[in-house]
Amino acid sequence: MSAGLLFASVGVILFALGVAGVLLLGHLLRRILAFNVMGSGAFLVLVGLAQRNGIADPVPQAMVLTGIVVAVAATALALALVRRLYVLTGKIELPQDDEG
Amino acid sequence: MMVWLILLPLLWASFAFLLGPGRGTWLAMAGLFAQLWLAFALASEIVAGGAVIHAIGGWGAPLGIDLVADGLSAAMLLLTQCIALPLAVYAHAYFKRDDPAVTYFWPLVGFLLAGLNALFLSADLFNIYVTLELLGLAAVGLVAAGGGAQQIAAALRYLFATLVGSGAYLLGVALIYGAYGTVSIHTLTPLITAEAPDLVWIAGGLMMVGLMLKTALFPFHFWLPPAHGGAPAPVSALLSAVVVKASFYLILRLWIGPFSSLTDAAGLVVWLPALLGALAIFWGSYQAIRAERLKMLIAYSTVAQLGYLFLIFPLLASAGALQAGIMQAFAHGLAKAAMFMAAGTLIKATGQDLVAGLAGVAERMPVTLFAFGLAGITLMGLPPSSGFLAKWQLIELALSQQYWVIAFVVLVGGLLAAVYVFRVLRQAFLLAPANSVVTPVPRTLEWTAFVLAAASVLLGLRGVELMQLVGVT
Amino acid sequence: MKRLLVVLGAACFVVLLIGAMLDLAPASIALHAAVSANLPSSGVEHPVTAVLLNFRGYDTLLEIAVLLLALIVILAIGIDSTTDVRPAASPVLQALARLAAPLMIVVAVYLLWVGAFRPGGAFQAGAVLAAAAVLLHLAELLPGWQSPGLRLRLGLAGGFLIFLAVAAGLLFQGALLEYPPEQAGWMILLIESGLTVSLGLILAGLFLLLSRDDGDRS
Repeated sequence: MSAGLLFASVGVILFALGVAGVLLLGHLLRRILAFNVMGSGAFLVLVGLAQRNGIADPVPQAMVLTGIVVAVAATALALALVRRLYVLTGKIELPQDDEG
Repeated sequence: MMVWLILLPLLWASFAFLLGPGRGTWLAMAGLFAQLWLAFALASEIVAGGAVIHAIGGWGAPLGIDLVADGLSAAMLLLTQCIALPLAVYAHAYFKRDDPAVTYFWPLVGFLLAGLNALFLSADLFNIYVTLELLGLAAVGLVAAGGGAQQIAAALRYLFATLVGSGAYLLGVALIYGAYGTVSIHTLTPLITAEAPDLVWIAGGLMMVGLMLKTALFPFHFWLPPAHGGAPAPVSALLSAVVVKASFYLILRLWIGPFSSLTDAAGLVVWLPALLGALAIFWGSYQAIRAERLKMLIAYSTVAQLGYLFLIFPLLASAGALQAGIMQAFAHGLAKAAMFMAAGTLIKATGQDLVAGLAGVAERMPVTLFAFGLAGITLMGLPPSSGFLAKWQLIELALSQQYWVIAFVVLVGGLLAAVYVFRVLRQAFLLAPANSVVTPVPRTLEWTAFVLAAASVLLGLRGVELMQLVGVT
Repeated sequence: MKRLLVVLGAACFVVLLIGAMLDLAPASIALHAAVSANLPSSGVEHPVTAVLLNFRGYDTLLEIAVLLLALIVILAIGIDSTTDVRPAASPVLQALARLAAPLMIVVAVYLLWVGAFRPGGAFQAGAVLAAAAVLLHLAELLPGWQSPGLRLRLGLAGGFLIFLAVAAGLLFQGALLEYPPEQAGWMILLIESGLTVSLGLILAGLFLLLSRDDGDRS
């Protein structure tokens, strides 16, 4: 197994962990962290799998840089929403199903 | 020309931000007007001369990113701009000057439209991921803007759904790049064959599931009703009418484009979207029939109407299925925008949002109620509306291939829609209780909704042109 | 029950996907070769910068839009000033921050310049600038932000507008973002300089808007 494939495999595990976290965790900060773990997993797969033969490829590297910035934006937005929710309700959890 | 459909909204959104909180209305209106003109010009150019390609940076795929406008993209662009302009006029009259939701409303709408237009034009899987995020974050922002705890909670649910959806899509793109070394749709299409490695099947599955989550297809619909039902009416209209269609468009584009060899070889799996679509129709309609609040009723109706879009997938092999799907997207887009706008007007006038509280509005606000009724006609699929045209074609295709069950679902879905639409209308025609107050509302609110509702019905008479446009590749 | 299902599903997914990765044939297209071949006409010498600002510059344009959008959304949500009781910054931290901030600005300029031929560029430079702002804020030398004034909004959106203007200007001569090879170098440097300032402000804003306390004015 080449280093690239190893990175990609770890990426798959991180992605699965992250999705499980987003689905299962109630505390919103943990959920945001889980989303970031998930995103990092996808980025690792992107750079690892594309460079599994050991040749550097700048295209997936640039894509990951773009992806990271997008993830930063999404994380900041999520944090702002959580903070607003905390100010309004005093809780860092989503209310249980308020819809029938 | 098509590039300006992306640059214009980015430009007026940034300048509206520079102008400051609550400003930029007229800038946005001018931009939207120009965009509408551009969309029509692009559509007629495509009908006359076929699909148009723009190689960004002059590099060309696979090194650079290509923008491609074919009939399908042009139709979606047209739908978006046709709804955006009347909606902006409505929003201007709807929000009070000091409404906290209006602080940065125009920049957010601009970025949302830029994301939509960029998505419809992009022919690059990774670039589409960026447009999906632009669209998703702008939509979440519009739901949350200036809202209370319920709206913020709905926005957070929506945010997590949309982020997980685009995360799954991104992992799929990463796998595709690993397998083929490119993310250009047109380079990939001949490369992906029925003998593709398992990895590509997994990638396709991930992308489809991620996009279905973003389209709120049953059982991924959980985030839609609180977000669409809880946002201010102009935002609900924009989200229900066009934003959810963007990820549907993408599913369709991938299904008949790069993944067509896979979907041809997939056997019974092609029935999965249709099965979920049918369940969406039943479940969404059932919830709409039971809903107590007017906007929740309309939001659940969106869940149901999105189901029809997915009924076309087993039929895509035959000519006309694509046209039926896009006609349904137009019918629902125009009608649902009109319905949410009418609902917003009714709620503003009566000061409450319960279906039970609508008694007497037929007498006091006939134009708005008429708009609601016309939109209802399209949703039920009565002639001569565009909804009728879409459903008629769907039934015809299904019967020609002996798929009785699809025809049955379409017919039952129409009846269920009639039940929830008439629930609202019956209530509106009851005599008003003596103590009820109806505040006068600006005429603009009533007539913009009416224009869109009338368009959804009249489009049925001009459906041929649209079907012709969709067919251009 | 839900827990068990999710964990089982995730485990199956991992096994399946890693299995599929292991027997994957080499990709048929090698873009790194195309990048190297076109590098001389890209205006920069570092391949990642060439992809980010030239070959796939359009991705970067939209990505800046996403970042600016996130900041606007945070402004639109409206954050109530909550009174965080924070221990007063120590004089040592303040002295250190006063010393570090100018150095960080120098580092940012260096990173911006070096991006053309080595790892670096506008994002790294902007991140260092933002870090300097956060450090000054934590040392209580820089107040948190209320709603930004015109000058600040100009700084936040300026980088994106310069990028947009260059992209649109080039559209009139050919395609969107189609730099003439001999002018690509300075155009990319112009875009990156604008982006450095705006990215620094936006990233700092994401922090300073969320952490502002009572009575601060920008």
